[in-house]
This record gives sequence, C-alpha cells and structure tokens, in this order.
Amino acid sequence: MEKRNAKAWLYLFPALLFLGFFMVYPLIDVFIYSFEEGYNFASQTYFGVGSYNYSYVLRDPYFLQAVKNTLILVIITVPLSTAFALLLSAALCSIKPLRNLFQTVYFLPYVTNTLAVGLVFMILFKKTAYSDGMINLLINWFGGSSVDFIDGPYWAKMFVLCFYTIWIVMPFKVLLLTSALASVNPNYYNAARVDGTSKRRIFLRITLPMISPTVFYLVITGFIGAFKAYSDAVALFGTDLNAAGMNTIVGYVYDMLYGNSGGYPSYASAAAILLFVIVLTITCINLLVSKKHVHYS
Amino acid sequence: MENQINYEKIEQSARTRKHIQRTLVYLLLTFWAMIVLFPFYWMLLTSVKSYGSYNAEHIPAFFTLTPTLQNYADAFTAVPLGRYLMNTVFFTAVTTAAMLIVIILSAFAFARLQFRGKQLTFTLFLSLMMIPNELVVITNFVTITNWDMRNTFAGLILPSVTSVFYIYLLKENFEQVPDELYRAAKVDGTSDFKYLCRVLLPICRPTLITITILKIIECWNSYVWPRLITDDAAYYLVSNGIQEIRENGFGRENIPAMMAAVTVISLPLIILFLLFRKKIMAGVSRGGTKG
Repeated sequence: MEKRNAKAWLYLFPALLFLGFFMVYPLIDVFIYSFEEGYNFASQTYFGVGSYNYSYVLRDPYFLQAVKNTLILVIITVPLSTAFALLLSAALCSIKPLRNLFQTVYFLPYVTNTLAVGLVFMILFKKTAYSDGMINLLINWFGGSSVDFIDGPYWAKMFVLCFYTIWIVMPFKVLLLTSALASVNPNYYNAARVDGTSKRRIFLRITLPMISPTVFYLVITGFIGAFKAYSDAVALFGTDLNAAGMNTIVGYVYDMLYGNSGGYPSYASAAAILLFVIVLTITCINLLVSKKHVHYS
Repeated sequence: MENQINYEKIEQSARTRKHIQRTLVYLLLTFWAMIVLFPFYWMLLTSVKSYGSYNAEHIPAFFTLTPTLQNYADAFTAVPLGRYLMNTVFFTAVTTAAMLIVIILSAFAFARLQFRGKQLTFTLFLSLMMIPNELVVITNFVTITNWDMRNTFAGLILPSVTSVFYIYLLKENFEQVPDELYRAAKVDGTSDFKYLCRVLLPICRPTLITITILKIIECWNSYVWPRLITDDAAYYLVSNGIQEIRENGFGRENIPAMMAAVTVISLPLIILFLLFRKKIMAGVSRGGTKG
C-alpha cells in the first residue's frame, strides 16, 4: 500500500506543484496583501496591518466609476443577451433548412480574438476628422445625426461596450439554449397540442420550465462573466481606460498592479477581493431565486 | 355547403399565417447572421483597400473595385506581426502540451489509482474551480517578477499549465472505461504507465482532442496575463501585438494595414473552427465558459 500511495502522489505531483504555486499560495497571499498597509513593491516592506487599502479603494473615484460602469454593463447585457439568445434559439429550432449554416455563423464570435475584432468594432463606430464611419452613415440614412461612439458622450460609449459584449457572449448562450430546446421531450408538446393549448401557453408552461436549468446556468455565468469584463473595453477604448472613463472593476485591478498607474499590489488585492465579494453575493442571490423557479427533473 | 367553404377559408388563413411566421423567423435569423458577419466582412474589405483610397473616402464604400494585397505586406514588414504569430504559436503549443501531460497524469491518479486521502484531495481540487483568476493573478505577477521571469516564455507559460476543470473532465472520461481492461492489463503484467499510454489514451482520444482545441482557443486569445508579464515587443503574443499596433503601430493611422493584421490574427482560429466545427461546438457546450 505504501508503495502504491507513493506512486499515486507521483502522478499527482506536477498538478499539485503548479496548483500550489499558482493557485493556493496566491489565494492566501492576496488576502495578506490586501491588509498590508503602505506596501512597497521595490523593497517588499510595509508599515502596518489594517483595512486602509479597502477604505482607499472604496474612496477612489476611479474605482467608483469602474463599479458604476460594470454594474451598468451587467444590468444591460445579461438580461438582454439571455432573452435575445432564447428568441434566436427558439427560431433556430423551428426551422430545418439552413439551420446548420445559421448555427455555424452564430458561433463565429466565440473563436475570434476579442482584442482583434474589437478593433474592427472601433473602426465601425469611430468618428474621425475625415469620415464619420460606417455606423454613423447608417444613422444618417435614418435621419439621425452623427455621434462619436468611441471618444464621445458616456452613453454612446456604454452602448458600444454593451453591444460588443452581447455580440461576444451570444454564441455560448445560443449554443447551450438550442441544445436544451432540442432535448425537450416531444411527448409534452404532442399532449399539449391534443389539448389545444395555445403557443404562448406551451412556451410558458412547458418549454420554459423544461429548459430553466440551462437558462439559470446562463444567467449565473453571464453575471460572473459580465462582472469580469475587461478585454472588450480595452479592445474598444485602448489601454488607458481611466482616461476614457470606461474602466471596469477588473481593469481597475490591473491598472493598480501594472502600467502607468501601477505598482500597488495592495490596492489591487483589495479591489480584487471586493469584486469577488460582489460576485459571490450576486451568485448566492441567484441561487436563492432559482430554488423557487428552476425545475430540475 | 356553407361549412365546407368555411373550412377552406380557415385552412387558407392558417397557411398564410404559417407562411408569414416562417418568413419572420428567417428574417430574424438573417438579421442576426448579418450582424455577426458584418464586422468580418468589413475587416476583409478594409484590409484590401489601399491606404490612399481608404482615407479619401468621406462616406465609407461597401465594396472596392481595386483590391490590393499591399496592406498584408505592410503588416508583416512595418510591424513584427510574423514575430507575434510565431510567439503565439510557440506559446500555444508548449502550454497545451505541458497542460495535457499534467492533467493526464493527475486524472489517471484520480480515476484508477487507490491511495490514502484521494477523496479529500479531489474535493480540494474541485473547490479550486470556484476561484476566479483575478484573485490569483496579482500574486502570480509578483512571483514571476521576483523570479526574474518577466519577458520570458517560462513566465508566460507556467501559470497556465494546469486546469482543474479539464482534470475533472478527463477523470470522468477515464472512469467510463471498463475496469476489466485495467485488470486484464494487470494480469498481463502491464505497468500502470504503459496501460495509460497504450489503452486509456487511445480510448479517450475524443475527449483529449476536445480539451486540446479548447485550450488552443484559450491560449490564442489570452490577453491579460501576457500583457502583465511582457513589455518587450519581442515576447508579445498576438493580442498584445494588435494592441501595440493600434497604439503606436505603423507610425501613422494606417487602418487598412491594421485590418490586414487583424485578419491574419483571426484567420487561424476561424479555419480551425471550420475544420473541427462539430467537435468544438460539442466541446464548448460540455466545458466552455465564456459569456
């Protein structure tokens, strides 16, 4: 037995080594960092222990702006993308011809580089000195006036960010919802049809409860993903997100750590833990709500 | 007589309603397909417009009659795009290979070997799945900096060679292989390692391919960690490279060349996707997280 024990641990050794160094140790360390006041990155010394880092971060206007941006992004994109993905998946499941083609096309954003395609979105929405850009051309056709979506008013920028985020997250949602819809037992539908149930009622009373675990899973991962938004914002507005007023919480963490305003791992840690607490709270609320509304068969 | 006419009318209107509904469904689907495809079209289109003609367009043109490949040449000569691509290919290959070795060994230990503390260790592994990357990245950054590994491939690769989720996925798959095969191998005097390589891995190839593809996508698109760990352009991956090109790329605002670079960066994954469409989609619905 001793020999077999040793052998098993030998197999596990690489994973344990890497997880220990890059997951477990950092996890403990991040809490320690967040309570060390006045940590100096170069000399690796600190003055004392306390909650100053948290109060600093919570008072930092850049952090508050980042929280506001992230919350708006979450509140807009999660319900919209989930509802729209549901609509698209229902439409996909109701057709036969071209279904594969549509599915393939819809999945494309998943395999694209967020930074690279974000650049294309920037070009589409940007208004420059010599041209108003593609989207403004469309707006002009419908009688509107041009808006600078990249360097312009706050809501225009927020619109692009939300739009791009939804564009990016749709593939995953559509994929999961179409397979959930396809796996609903057709007997239920046939029974309902015999009873002459209306389509609306079929959807609300059969389809939705049957796919509710998937919808709920998507809502939770959607919340978590949107709270961690960062690279989409970088792709659209460049690396200096604070200057653009479009920073996100994760962006704030990285800016504190590195870059022009960086070198403060303590503040970064405090902000990261605050983010974690927010995400955990929201996920718990989601779980509580779901207990009432999700039907697991 | 009266009744019959009514039936026909009802059937007729039902059919028309069905037609209208079908048309609306297709309109909706086409609408979203166009929104998905349009950025790709615009990227390709802009990348073949010449610098002069692009900048002369006050109103953007939806097609071009004089396509040029000059921008692609610029993208490879004026900025080190080739270098970024090579870096990314190297980073992706080494990270994926190293990760496969690590996860195969530990998945095998969890699935087939008996040892004390197995349940506890596995539970601890699973609980690590809930830890968001943002929490650990700070210390990792400090660790790698202290080890003097900034601007090295080791620094880029080391933190991402394990994935608890893939260990879990593979362990589940290993456990589906019947015990009889293992016992038969034991009777024949085959060592555990040989059994793993000769029997288990070939049987579980589909899962391994799925994991490999998902990891390749993840590596190719990784941005945050490489950005933290590299500030020397010689070690940039494509994501950082494109950001660098955007911020101080061609010495002037050369959008067509930028779009050529974007096309070159996006193409490998799109080709990979079209080749392994079914595998990737099945893999993502089993183990994807993005969204």
